[in-house]
Amino acid sequence: MGIEGIGARVARKEDKRFITGAGRYVDDMVVPGMKHAAFVRSPHAHAEITSIDVSAAQEMPGVYGVLTGKQLKADGIGNIICGWMIHSKDGSPMKMGAWSPLAVDRVRYVGDAVVIVVADTKGQARDAAEKVEISYKELPAVIDASKAMDAGAPQIHPEAENNLIFDWDLGNADETAAAFSQAAHVVKLDIINNRLVPNAMEPRAALGHYDKAEDHYTCWTTSQNPHVARLVMSAFYNVAPENKLRVIAPDVGGGFGSKIYIYPEEIVCLWASKKTGVPVKWVADRTESFLTDAHGRDHHTHAEMAFDKDHKILGLKVETKANLGAYMSLFSSATPTYLYATLLSGQYNIPAIHANVKAIYTNTAPVDAYRGAGRPEATFVMERMLEVAARQLGVSPVDLRRKNFVTVFPHQTPVIMCYDAGDYAASLDAALKASDYAGFPQRKEAAAREGKLRGIGLSCYIEACGIAPSAAVGSLGAGVGLWESAEVRVNAVGTIEVLTGSHSHGQGHETTFAQLVNERFGVPLDSVSIVHGDTDKVQMGMGTYGSRSGAVGMSAIVKALDKVEAKAKKIAAHLLEADEGDIVIENGTLKVAGTDKNVPWFQMALAAYTAHNLPGGMEPGLKETAFYDPSNFTFPAGCYVCEVEIDPDTGVTKIVQFVAADDFGNIINPMIVEGQVHGGIAQGVGQALLEGAFYDDTGQLLTASYMDYTMPRASDLPSFQLSTSNTPCPGNPLGMKGCGEAGAIGSPPAVINAITDALGHENLTMPATPQKVWAAARAAGR
Amino acid sequence: MSDVSMTVNGKRVSAAVEDRTLLVHFLRENLGLTGTHVGCDTSQCGACVVHVDGKAVKSCTMIAAQASGSTIVTIEGLAEGADLHPVQAAFKQHHGLQCGFCTPGMIMAATDMIARHPEGLDEATVRHELEGNICRCTGYHNIVKAILAASETMSKGAAKAA
Repeated sequence: MGIEGIGARVARKEDKRFITGAGRYVDDMVVPGMKHAAFVRSPHAHAEITSIDVSAAQEMPGVYGVLTGKQLKADGIGNIICGWMIHSKDGSPMKMGAWSPLAVDRVRYVGDAVVIVVADTKGQARDAAEKVEISYKELPAVIDASKAMDAGAPQIHPEAENNLIFDWDLGNADETAAAFSQAAHVVKLDIINNRLVPNAMEPRAALGHYDKAEDHYTCWTTSQNPHVARLVMSAFYNVAPENKLRVIAPDVGGGFGSKIYIYPEEIVCLWASKKTGVPVKWVADRTESFLTDAHGRDHHTHAEMAFDKDHKILGLKVETKANLGAYMSLFSSATPTYLYATLLSGQYNIPAIHANVKAIYTNTAPVDAYRGAGRPEATFVMERMLEVAARQLGVSPVDLRRKNFVTVFPHQTPVIMCYDAGDYAASLDAALKASDYAGFPQRKEAAAREGKLRGIGLSCYIEACGIAPSAAVGSLGAGVGLWESAEVRVNAVGTIEVLTGSHSHGQGHETTFAQLVNERFGVPLDSVSIVHGDTDKVQMGMGTYGSRSGAVGMSAIVKALDKVEAKAKKIAAHLLEADEGDIVIENGTLKVAGTDKNVPWFQMALAAYTAHNLPGGMEPGLKETAFYDPSNFTFPAGCYVCEVEIDPDTGVTKIVQFVAADDFGNIINPMIVEGQVHGGIAQGVGQALLEGAFYDDTGQLLTASYMDYTMPRASDLPSFQLSTSNTPCPGNPLGMKGCGEAGAIGSPPAVINAITDALGHENLTMPATPQKVWAAARAAGR
Repeated sequence: MSDVSMTVNGKRVSAAVEDRTLLVHFLRENLGLTGTHVGCDTSQCGACVVHVDGKAVKSCTMIAAQASGSTIVTIEGLAEGADLHPVQAAFKQHHGLQCGFCTPGMIMAATDMIARHPEGLDEATVRHELEGNICRCTGYHNIVKAILAASETMSKGAAKAA
């Protein structure tokens, strides 16, 4: 490792612009002639639109256009789709209802976009939006997925009878039933994984610009995957052919999954720009974000685990109802299926598993992947189950886990995944040591003397990241491949640009990706630029989610670097009159091994472009492209320990320590990895203690601002104690597993296990607010 | 319409703006100072914090006309010359930012916090005083570290100057 290479704790290259106020987010973009949009949204959770009158709005000052869904449909703009086909257990395809970017005759959740108003200023657009007259005939709404399939429940889409989108199975029901028939103990658990709002700090935004002379569109958008946005808007929504649509995702202020999807607003802004003849910018206010960003989680699950007399796990049965909201968002079907049930083996040897997932429409915001996406839900099931089982069986939760750990790799689970490498005991031991788990009883006693309840909880998580092998996901229903691309351009003076299909919205790619290049060629970080987020500059790519930018995105860069290195060595060998196989690259110089003959990197690059003296038949230039398709998922895993202290008089839970021991395989920049884990844990702790998206029975979102939805603040969290172990991933050239989601996946069960340990009471739903904890403490006689 | 004039980052500026114009919109739209961000509509998130007459203020909570006659410093005007302000430098050194969206407000709030605590800061105080600033990326761990480090650096600098 050099001082800037792989493994170095390098400060981020991109920070300068952010700390000086020079970041460039969509809302910062100004295009000549640009106007501002406001959307008129449904105030009802479920209603028929009986009439829309825009005449008064059109007369308002500064207005350029007031456009409706009927006009949008007349221009051939397509419906928004879900890009992952799931088949029910009876073989029938999922029942997807139509989602028009602007509602035409029916609205299905509060926030459903109905009309766009374009005006000189944002204020004028909002004033005019107030003047749009929409008559609704209200319909009964259903909010709770566990009631949406009841007889007589309101029907949300004609395509989906009983609001059931699919009824999907994974694993083997017969083998699992057989395993349960042999059980000495069966542990049962009903749990709710609470609905969350991702809450990237930058609200979603879109700027659509139609250039009439060129018949060409540009869309600046808050996207984690601008190429996918272009593909989908072109191929499915009929906005424009790909060559006439440029999508730019500049600096993006956090995503956490919510900016993967293509939402109505970017489609409508592009269309409205052509319609009105002016560039159209829309920026969500925070309440619009709460109402319309894809929410996360929202599972109701019943699980049963069978153990033999020695407490070895025999089998697992899981039934989950997943609330997908009013419409199917882009990857909404994959999240509660292949990203969820495939992880229900956890870190454990489980001979038989059967999972059933019912995906259900409700009159709420669409639900899709949010940091972790399915894997936090699976981990919550598994790690609550193991803890509850240990308590019921009267054994140590550490010993019960250890006894059932997978220890031999590769390990084929009964639910598709084949774990390639790991050492779960190593993470467990590291976490136990760092948290002084053995000393907990003394701390509990000391707290009790102060009238406080102490609890400690474990969570041993596993996730499938590095998403994903294209053929594998294709066979499971994905509409796209999940490879990644890279182009490495060596300039004539030896500086380097890396064009990547990954997208950075906080992950530090401009630094870590440059560290790879530095490691390989010894070129200083300052001479390496990372280019991303613009479909006109970068070759097709798949973007950033599912902890894939390291394991997949960087692997593509490695492949391109291999090609550059091979050509560079050929050129150097020719210039040095040496054998190509004898050339080594050290500290920015190409050398003949064992001699003092060398050619500096920049001189080799110059030679590639002057082309005065290249090997016979070689093309000039030094630029290589690679596409990398992973051979397997990666399997980050680890162990988290949370220790809490509860004041039984107030129900306030204080996290007194939080320990994370993760195995991410090889790491490029430990500082950035730690930052990812910190942020993930904060979101997981937020889910466990503070956050929840709550609708009332009529479908009004009660938590639609920061006054109502409790975001984790600095004073809610402790400093975290982190460590990593390393079993390199055998599946990719860098041995990386990914670290972006682990914190959010591993932490919720650790927190709830700690609280229930303190209370001696298992019946506690997230978020464990002081009121609920106080009531649970009272119920447990504490 | 309201006539407003103020000093922003050392420059006198004046304009006629709609009465309802918020200070943050005046800074962003009239002056093009887009480093100050809008993250919510309820004065909760703190992405819009600037200094008004030396105090940290959420610029989404102030009408531009109210700020007329004031001296404003935004994130763009915090550093003197080419050198980063010690709080900016500490955020970079300690990885106190990821997506960067909350960062300008965090840095402006932190600078004010450090100025109000010349005796120095501890972790509990920093966490308590960050009540008005939300970050979704960092879990605050490294923000707290950065502010403590900057406070240390600045009190050393002040001691040297004295």
